[in-house]
Amino acid sequence: MLLIACPWCGERDEVEFHYGGQAHVAYPSDPEALSDAEWAQYLFVRDNPKGPFAERWSHAAGCRRWFNVVRHTVTHEILAVHPAGRPKPVIA
Amino acid sequence: MTVDGLRRSPLGDLPETLGHGVRLREIPFLTQLNLRLAPGGGAAARVAEVLGAALPTEPNTVTDSGDLRLLWLGPDEWLIVGPDGAAPDTEGRIRTALPGEHACLVDVSANRTTLELSGPGARTVLEKGCALDLHPRAFTPGRCAQTLVSKVNVVLDQLDAEPRYRLLVRGSFARYLADWLLDAMSDTALIG
Repeated sequence: MLLIACPWCGERDEVEFHYGGQAHVAYPSDPEALSDAEWAQYLFVRDNPKGPFAERWSHAAGCRRWFNVVRHTVTHEILAVHPAGRPKPVIA
Repeated sequence: MTVDGLRRSPLGDLPETLGHGVRLREIPFLTQLNLRLAPGGGAAARVAEVLGAALPTEPNTVTDSGDLRLLWLGPDEWLIVGPDGAAPDTEGRIRTALPGEHACLVDVSANRTTLELSGPGARTVLEKGCALDLHPRAFTPGRCAQTLVSKVNVVLDQLDAEPRYRLLVRGSFARYLADWLLDAMSDTALIG
């Protein structure tokens, strides 16, 4: 089980959290201008890297706040935790 | 007819139960008010004035004000817990501090009931279903947490060093959690 450091509550078990998919996916500024293919791209297509991946988590059984985590998709190592709305930290 | 004759707690038939070094009882109908506002602003200061204690800003901590306990639930969210019947007066007092403010105060007393687990063995019993570090070096009176106990969402509040814990649990989960705690208490071998 992952031990995830909520920015507010500190380290808690993974079962207290809810996964929210890839982080930093911006809502299109003018959705009506998008073609169906572009809309589908925004809606469904996500990165699937082998390595560090920025993703959203919510501390569902705790303070219920959303935040971002950079997790290595191979080792599950959590490389950084950053609050929602902040840019993705640079991972060497 | 008063509401006292009509209302029933989810654990109305739970007798106070003693185990080896541990005691479980229900405290029904505690006042619970959910307060949301921006921390550190004028509204927070005025609420602190009318309640006589500051809203805690350190995560998972509690401040005391007479009969009331102010529990941190989130960076802009608190649970004010008080005795049965204190809701109208407490809500009225807080509202006087909020006119024109971007704030939200809701009486959620019927949302949860309260289980009190106390005694020298209480921590051992709780640790059987709670992954938090409850050792006094990490969890002390004045600390609270929203977490899972045997897969059930609870608001955990430690009142004193006996230790005495309050578990605030949603009504529909209360019977399951009480049964689980009674079962955990029945294992006498664990109390040293």
